[in-house]
Amino acid sequence: MPADSDESTGRGPMTPVLYRVEARHQELADTVTIRIAPVTERLTDPEPGQFEMLLAFGVGEIPISISGLGDGGGELEHTIRSVGAVTKALCTSAVGDLIGVRGPYGVGWDLDRATGHDLLIVAGGLGLAPLRPAMLEALANRHRFGRLVLLVGARDPGSLMFVEELERWRGRFDIDVAVTVDAAPPSWRGDVGVVTKLLSRAPVNFGNTTAVVCGPEVMMRFVAAGLADRGVPPGQIRLSMERNMRCAIGHCGHCQLGPEFVCKDGPVFPWDRMEKLMLVRER
Amino acid sequence: MAMMLSLDAVAALVDHLRNDGRKVIGPVLRNATISLDEIDGVDDLPAGWTEHQDGGSYRLERLDRPELFGHATPALPWKSWLYPPRTMLMRANRDNGSVTIEKPTPGAEPFAFFGIRSCDVHALDILDRVFLDPADPTYTARREKLFVVAATCARPGGTCFCVSMGTGPAPSIGYDIALTELWAGDRHEFLARAATDRGRALLGRLEGRAPTEADLAAADHLVGNATQNMGRQLDPTHPTAAAERYEHPQWEAVARRCLACANCTMVCPTCFCSTTEDTTDLSGAVSERWRRWDSCFALDFSFLAGAPVRSSTKSRYRQWLLHKLVTWHDQFGTSGCVGCGRCITWCPVGIDLTAEMTALALDPGGPS
Repeated sequence: MPADSDESTGRGPMTPVLYRVEARHQELADTVTIRIAPVTERLTDPEPGQFEMLLAFGVGEIPISISGLGDGGGELEHTIRSVGAVTKALCTSAVGDLIGVRGPYGVGWDLDRATGHDLLIVAGGLGLAPLRPAMLEALANRHRFGRLVLLVGARDPGSLMFVEELERWRGRFDIDVAVTVDAAPPSWRGDVGVVTKLLSRAPVNFGNTTAVVCGPEVMMRFVAAGLADRGVPPGQIRLSMERNMRCAIGHCGHCQLGPEFVCKDGPVFPWDRMEKLMLVRER
Repeated sequence: MAMMLSLDAVAALVDHLRNDGRKVIGPVLRNATISLDEIDGVDDLPAGWTEHQDGGSYRLERLDRPELFGHATPALPWKSWLYPPRTMLMRANRDNGSVTIEKPTPGAEPFAFFGIRSCDVHALDILDRVFLDPADPTYTARREKLFVVAATCARPGGTCFCVSMGTGPAPSIGYDIALTELWAGDRHEFLARAATDRGRALLGRLEGRAPTEADLAAADHLVGNATQNMGRQLDPTHPTAAAERYEHPQWEAVARRCLACANCTMVCPTCFCSTTEDTTDLSGAVSERWRRWDSCFALDFSFLAGAPVRSSTKSRYRQWLLHKLVTWHDQFGTSGCVGCGRCITWCPVGIDLTAEMTALALDPGGPS
């Protein structure tokens, strides 16, 4: 039960609490990470893979994944690409601005269930944002997993996010990091091609692997199918789905995907529940 | 507890509900239909009127006696009073770098639904599964106080199929008092049954007589007749058969007729989808968030990063029908359809979901 349905707060399930923008980092030309902190009331700390509803006052509210947690003060990081009115308002918010927040909502990556497995993290584009807390959790509990592999795909080298962090992770001996881009200038010395091309090189035991995947739907479909072909059990391939959402509590109906409400049954789903749904066009 | 009430006693029943502080909602003549609105007494009911309903067609007709409940389902759905078409969610006041958020108190007026049919009572049970957990404050406050006076359907409409859905024609769940309108020659009476303590308490305040065997037999006979007179039917095995036929050519066929106007979802007693709207005053200091009914037939309903997931009418009709009749079971343990027939009657081109379901189920529809 999300914290804001708690009767004791006296707040309705659709009433946000106030957070202040503490820091703002321009990741890409159209993508910004904001760090926000509670003004008074503090929401429950999210699990990696959960999301929150962010409200730009007078403009609108949208679901945004959590790309990072602060250092214990209830801060949250959200990485947002400016594609519509609300994301634009959030991306252009300045340090000190107030926004409304509800959440956290949904089912996260649930890395506890991956204990003892190799952990394969596959990100496409902005999909790295909700996977970043999973990576940080895995690093904080590195002993619980076998091999730890991060595969990152981006459109071009200029579209890579969290580059400093990626470079730092790539320097460690207990992680394998591979990066590929769809298209690159001659100066690029790395891999070129879609992220699925990296799967066969991933140094994991596929039969004992949990994979967490986020990216465009078509990318997730090919990655999940490719992993299943290589022997990863379908229930251990987890995808983070995205749909239009107005409420995040199963009331507004917008996020339905077949029998699933992406807001409360997801956003993270195992491939065995998504495969049939994702193969139907316009589902 | 059962008793026979005269028309005067039924009038007193409505008066008691009103004197107890309730807004009584009941069927009324409105815009050349039998619709719903607040009533001040039994005189507001459409006595002596019935209607002819068919796909895309509705016509009022006169009866030769002043029946109060001689009609079928009213044009509007009852959900409008528990889950209003527009609800304010919050108001934010910005002032000097600070923001205060006001949450409106849910308007918890106690309502009584008078003359609601069994299909529509079942629809309330279905909405309960959506809105009671997690609790929607407006719905929950209104639902908890709702008093339900149901009426047995004597004259099902041409688009009715409650028998197929197991929701009627006689009230079976969710009512405080159920009325069955009976005629013996010119004698006009109502068999009243109470199912709750407050229903029994209210009947106890009325003048009436004990029902005879003949009265009870007459009520049973009326239900039996209504059961035989459903305008439509839906084979309960058909939704299961059609469940996986996403690429059936019938979806294209129905999409050529469907206007994606959303009328079916507006009149449906269980459709619950909503959207949010944000407004500001001219200074930008005060902003409001409103919830209003939405429809899966709207193009922007599925907007994601600038484009709709379901852009074709085919995909939107498919979403509506398969949700209503198939995936609703997965989500809420019940069908989303009660067989009231409104979506057939009020479809401007007369699309009939029972016919669509039959077409989808009986023909495998090719290799898909």
